Amino acid sequence: MKKFFSLGLVRGLIWQAIGTAAGMGLLGAIRALMGLPWKTEPAMVFGGVVGAITFLAGIGTMRDWWHMALGKPVPEAEEVHETPGGARYFGVSLDHKVIGVQYGFLSMITLALGGTFALIFRTELAQAGLDFLNYLQFNTLIGMHGMVLIASILMGIAAMANFIIPLMIGAKDMAFPRLNAFSFWMAVPGTVLLVSAMFVGGFETGWTAYPPLSVRGPMGIQMFFLGVYIVGWSSILGSLNLIATILMMRAPGMTLFRMPIFAWAMLATSIISTTATQLIGLSFQMVMFERLLGMGFFDPASGGNPILFQHLFWFYSHPAVYIFVLPGLGVISELLPVFARKPLFGYRWVALSSMGIALTGFLVWGHHMFTSGMEEYLRVPFMYSTLLVAVPTGIKFFSWVATMWQGRLRFPTPMLFVLGGVIVFLMGGLTGPPSGTVSTDLHLHDTYYIVGHFHNTMFGGYIFPLFAAIYYWFPKITGRRMSEKLGKAHFWLLLPAFLLQTFGQMRIGLLGMRRRIADYDPEMGFTFSNQLITIAGFLVAFSVLIFFINLWISARKGEVVEGNLWESRSPEWQIPSPAPLHNFAEPIRVVGEPYDYGLPNSRYVETVRQPAGD
Amino acid sequence: MSTHTAVLTAKEAARKMTTRRLGLWLFFLSDGFVFGGLLVTRFYLLGQARPHLEQFLGLIVTAVLLVSSFFMNRAEVSIAHNDRKSFVRNTVITMLLGIVFLVGVVGFEWQLAPFGPADGTEGAVFYMMTGMHAFHVLTGVIFLGFILRNGMRGHYSAENHWAVEAAANYWHFVDLVWIFFYPALYLIGTVGG
Repeated sequence: MKKFFSLGLVRGLIWQAIGTAAGMGLLGAIRALMGLPWKTEPAMVFGGVVGAITFLAGIGTMRDWWHMALGKPVPEAEEVHETPGGARYFGVSLDHKVIGVQYGFLSMITLALGGTFALIFRTELAQAGLDFLNYLQFNTLIGMHGMVLIASILMGIAAMANFIIPLMIGAKDMAFPRLNAFSFWMAVPGTVLLVSAMFVGGFETGWTAYPPLSVRGPMGIQMFFLGVYIVGWSSILGSLNLIATILMMRAPGMTLFRMPIFAWAMLATSIISTTATQLIGLSFQMVMFERLLGMGFFDPASGGNPILFQHLFWFYSHPAVYIFVLPGLGVISELLPVFARKPLFGYRWVALSSMGIALTGFLVWGHHMFTSGMEEYLRVPFMYSTLLVAVPTGIKFFSWVATMWQGRLRFPTPMLFVLGGVIVFLMGGLTGPPSGTVSTDLHLHDTYYIVGHFHNTMFGGYIFPLFAAIYYWFPKITGRRMSEKLGKAHFWLLLPAFLLQTFGQMRIGLLGMRRRIADYDPEMGFTFSNQLITIAGFLVAFSVLIFFINLWISARKGEVVEGNLWESRSPEWQIPSPAPLHNFAEPIRVVGEPYDYGLPNSRYVETVRQPAGD
Repeated sequence: MSTHTAVLTAKEAARKMTTRRLGLWLFFLSDGFVFGGLLVTRFYLLGQARPHLEQFLGLIVTAVLLVSSFFMNRAEVSIAHNDRKSFVRNTVITMLLGIVFLVGVVGFEWQLAPFGPADGTEGAVFYMMTGMHAFHVLTGVIFLGFILRNGMRGHYSAENHWAVEAAANYWHFVDLVWIFFYPALYLIGTVGG
């Protein structure tokens, strides 16, 4: 029991509970002294903020910074010796590999949670009429499904980046290890707050939280805002750290155009998330203040303009989907040459296409607002900028096809997920232009077609590559490989089930099914399709369950692999698995191109035997 | 931080410093988007109108904040030349000017403004912009408090004063934001009805 309480996570959560209660009490007391009556909403918000801070302080993420501020000596992060073992995964660790796995855990937990929400409301939708949920519960569940999974995706990306990037670029750790730990631990109280929105009244708005509904609805929206705000800061600080790491910590000889392509993808992603994330934080903060202090930003009743919220919100939330898919597309470009045994076709173009997507991504947010009453002269420019995104994305597809062309393809589980990702993302890409073109979007907007399109892009751009990445890099974490049998079962169940689900969604969307509604008219004739979608959804969930079982079994009993299992040229596979404490026992140097598979006598990295003067 | 830097080679130390600077500037870039979003909000909601504010007070607080950056720079240059006395003096002046700014905005302008935060878009925009900026000035003053304390105890030298550099850059950044906020709130447009 004592051991249990010594875990940082447990301590942090206890501190968060204490802090929340104290914050609520404090605000109540201040209001009482001012002669104001008790009001739950401001007390909850204030308590939530205090609770998040006490979590971070209680778990010890800020201790070193406090010592620095007081001028006390603090060891360099590389000199901190952590006792190996399972316990350090549950407390503050400065090791990027531990933090990567921590992010991974949290990401998988939120993935399961967000997926479960979907199963619940999909069951409700299997039949017309309200069966077991009421409207508020249904609305809360769809909103939570969206936002919890967005949090999960951000954490999954952070997991991949944290674990792999320093190993890939030959660094000992991230540029700012303490900030790295801080970013991760911020995400924990943020997730707790986000999920708590369900228990303090829920909310009606869906994940987009549009005012004026979010200004007037139940109080759960405040916890939702607060949770997203904190998770957003976690993402901002994490990506800031990644940019600094990628730009400053590369091994000697690794110029920008000799980086593994995944590093390029992460760099592009991080540029978006360091900057644009602030705008969702700001817009949510403004709605919070509108509710708490009556500030009239968005509610027309007090002179505000709800369209402004949509501009600020989508300025993040559209680039956000590029935050989600760029790392996944990077994984595809990273793994394809390994399994095709051929150089990555058009390396520079692929690298710059990530940047191209990131930069164009800043110019397209208005395509979410074609029907919302946005200034009409903005429609066509936003349509063109949206369609422009197809150009850098197309470059990636050409590169993938050309990389596979005449390659000696091998098909272990990671490769299957890569190919699945390419196919599903192609579906997402092809269904995009009708939604981005004004004339067609006017009909498709807010239908299930958009739901189908979106899930295609998320699964093709993130979920499939994420699974590929986990199957691929799992040996680097554990020293064991994941079961191929279960992995293939996972894939062959997931792909058809998922395609059935999204084609079903797009079909009923075209037939006129609106998104975000708890009920539909059985006369519309898509009850059967809805049932198929629900069944497919459960099959997708079942395949993910197989994946979780595989993770659990393989981590304990999987086949032991120590060396370069996939015959990759990348630096992280030149060191033993699991990756040792300070990554590279001897410094490495880059002497060639990263993806020259199949070219005789070509080398990418070599070990610097004698630590040279530099 | 101080004791271990000596262990690193000069090249490693220089690289570390560049990394820190990059991190700080990335933070400014990120934070800049918050203020950019607020400027967008101001022009989207108020357009050519501007809130009715005390022009003279606005001019004074703006002048005070701009002048504070001069003393901030003096403080940083002083410590870079190992002149601790001048560092302490200039840091104290910067902090005092920062506090005068805060008192001017929160203590006076907020009380004198003819609207409260709940009074329409004018109130919302004005209190959000000045509030967000004042929050940054406040954190800047706190940051300066820490470097003042450590500076007086002799923790900084010409070679080792990254915290001073960071605080000074942060101060200038917050100052720069006001250079955009001041005209947006006080000068551009006409006072409506």
